[in-house]
Amino acid sequence: MKGSLIILAFFSAGVLGGVFNIFPDWILNEDLTSYTLYALMFLVGISIGSDKGTFYILKKMKLKVLLVPGVVITGSLAGTALISVFIPSIRPNEAMAVGAGFGYYSLSSIIISELHSQELGVIALLSNILREITTLLAVPLMIKYFGKLAGIASGGATAMDTTLPVIVKFTGKEFGIISVFSGIILTAIVPILVTLLLELF
Amino acid sequence: MSSYTVIILFIAGITAGRLFRNNEKAGKKIDTLVTWSVWLLLFLLGISVGINEKIIREFSVIGLKAVILTVGALAGSLFLAKPVYNRFFRNISESVNKEENNK
Repeated sequence: MKGSLIILAFFSAGVLGGVFNIFPDWILNEDLTSYTLYALMFLVGISIGSDKGTFYILKKMKLKVLLVPGVVITGSLAGTALISVFIPSIRPNEAMAVGAGFGYYSLSSIIISELHSQELGVIALLSNILREITTLLAVPLMIKYFGKLAGIASGGATAMDTTLPVIVKFTGKEFGIISVFSGIILTAIVPILVTLLLELF
Repeated sequence: MSSYTVIILFIAGITAGRLFRNNEKAGKKIDTLVTWSVWLLLFLLGISVGINEKIIREFSVIGLKAVILTVGALAGSLFLAKPVYNRFFRNISESVNKEENNK
């Protein structure tokens, strides 16, 4: 819980600073975020690579690892379709297109804005940012009630990069590989699935 | 942001990490760096949300719809993750722990 509160504090400080525009422009330089993330990925890689359990789990896993992205796809689409009955202005396939972002907010919102409407694009942006933030904040709680795959399932596509460190932190490094695997599959699937959901229905 | 760069760096990190397999001190320092990088990225994400006037202005209506859909997506994923973990992944988690305890 302490970990989540610290994360929330950093995020809130950023939002407040952003709203009141107190930060210099260079801080939002895309490069700063990119390079921080790159450094983070390398460090998390070292962390996972130096762990003795990591390669053991890969040998044990095989095909059933595919179940993990399968859970995210099935769960996200079914969940958003079902809950869309409470939002009369949104059709089930529009809801599923938002859900099919799997936390990959930048790409899914751009595609939805282009193919469908600005408003649904913004909804996708907010919803998938929220998915990422919720994962970052609530991973310990989710794991407590839904088991050790919960963080990976919640993180969706972000489980390979932005939410990977928290997932690894609270589940152990042996789940890091599964997390990255699931995230990679989902990231690759986002543009295809979002497009199909909007075009086919 | 290129997903490929991220993946390549991650794999490079894993390869480099094999060199630190028996160095627990280095491992702890790396974990500290990971924690600080996460905080920085969250702080930056906060700023980009904060300065986006469209998100801030239309937050109430659009935001509510987004929240409802997020609840649906997360609930669906989590309720499905639980039985799949119990049926297929719990034994792996336990055997890794057992192996570590035996050392």
